[in-house]
Amino acid sequence: MLSDYLPILIMLVAASAIGIGGAVISWVAGPKQPSANKAMAYESGMIPVGTARIRFPVKFYLVAMLFIIFDVEIVFFYPWAVVYKQLHLFGFVEMLVFIGVFAVGYIYIWKKGALDWK
Amino acid sequence: MSEDILLIVIKVAVLIVILLTVVAYTVYVERRIMARMQSRIGPNRVGPFGLLQPLADILKLIFKEDLTPAGADKVTYFLAPALAAITGLAAFAVIPFGNTIDLFGIKVNLFIADINVGLLYLFAMSSLAVYGIVLAGWSSNNKYSLLGGVRSSAQMISYELPLGLALVSVVLAAGSLSLGDIVKAQANLWFIVQQPLSFVIYFICAIAETNRAPFDLPEAETELIAGYHTEYSSLKWALFFLAEYMAVITVSATAVTIFFGGWQGPFLPGWLWFVIKLSGFIFFFTWMRATLPRLRFDQLMRLGWKVLLPLAALNLVVIAGLVAAMGG
Repeated sequence: MLSDYLPILIMLVAASAIGIGGAVISWVAGPKQPSANKAMAYESGMIPVGTARIRFPVKFYLVAMLFIIFDVEIVFFYPWAVVYKQLHLFGFVEMLVFIGVFAVGYIYIWKKGALDWK
Repeated sequence: MSEDILLIVIKVAVLIVILLTVVAYTVYVERRIMARMQSRIGPNRVGPFGLLQPLADILKLIFKEDLTPAGADKVTYFLAPALAAITGLAAFAVIPFGNTIDLFGIKVNLFIADINVGLLYLFAMSSLAVYGIVLAGWSSNNKYSLLGGVRSSAQMISYELPLGLALVSVVLAAGSLSLGDIVKAQANLWFIVQQPLSFVIYFICAIAETNRAPFDLPEAETELIAGYHTEYSSLKWALFFLAEYMAVITVSATAVTIFFGGWQGPFLPGWLWFVIKLSGFIFFFTWMRATLPRLRFDQLMRLGWKVLLPLAALNLVVIAGLVAAMGG
């Protein structure tokens, strides 16, 4: 059972070799002539003002929270879907109830305006 | 089922070399096709028909200066492109790209691993891809990179929900999360015929997940310079490109596997069918990039949350009802 995952581990090791190797090669092979202007952040030729670690709209956090809620609900569908054919009508009704709960939450956040990007 | 470790190592090595080559030539083919569509010629100077162009580009990038902007978070800045490339390559491990073949008397399965949660593994890898982008955007110490990274993460997690729901209906019909079983379940009828709407939802979300046109907002050059990879140069920049094109190849391969019968097809060997179907998808990606204008960010979020998510849920209910009605 666990041995099924051995090929994936090997694949991950090989992919890491490519990823990290690629990042190291250009650091070794490329020229190194640093200057203050090169190290400056590129903002289309303007000289950057202040730090780049600025505040960004709180909307993005809201999207992340909504994602967590709905993603967890969707994950529950997977085991149900795998055994669905053994559950027959019971599985279908169960799912309708679950989708109903899902829909109530969804309509609530829609009415609250959480889905509007303003 | 279980194979020698040596055989697995050889398969992984061969697959990675093939994937890197495919990525390099996908870029070349895309440039050529885009050029034709825009009445240009495209790269045609390096080698016959410009076929050596990818090689020249890679060599050039290796010998470019590797810049780190002032104030960057150095470790994160170094690791972000590697992380993007690793998740991009590793995702392909569960895709079955052909039937079992006989090679010098050894039976070789044309997949790296057929685990029983294959589809979840694909999801996990595509979710981890967000990290590479958002960390790159944050560590660059550049306002545009930051905005590109944050936008990208919001876009990718928003479209993951309808994507997941669309695939649940396929799991329902196939009764398994293993991609090998899903391919076998389509021996008589492809899932695209059975569930066309699932495919449409999946494909729209897949384009958004890979940050390709018309959903390429994270790198919208008119507003964000180059988005999260503005500050990157040399091979690190190429690693982001590798990740992006690997994502295109992986979502196309997933679409082939899940909706188009995988490697199955008449007359020709399985792996050839897989390549033909995959090429069709990659051409389609290029075609869309040359055709469709980019969405605005509010339009993007509205499409994902207010159209695709309820549509995917409705689609799931209908499919579940049909499967139950047919005695499931």
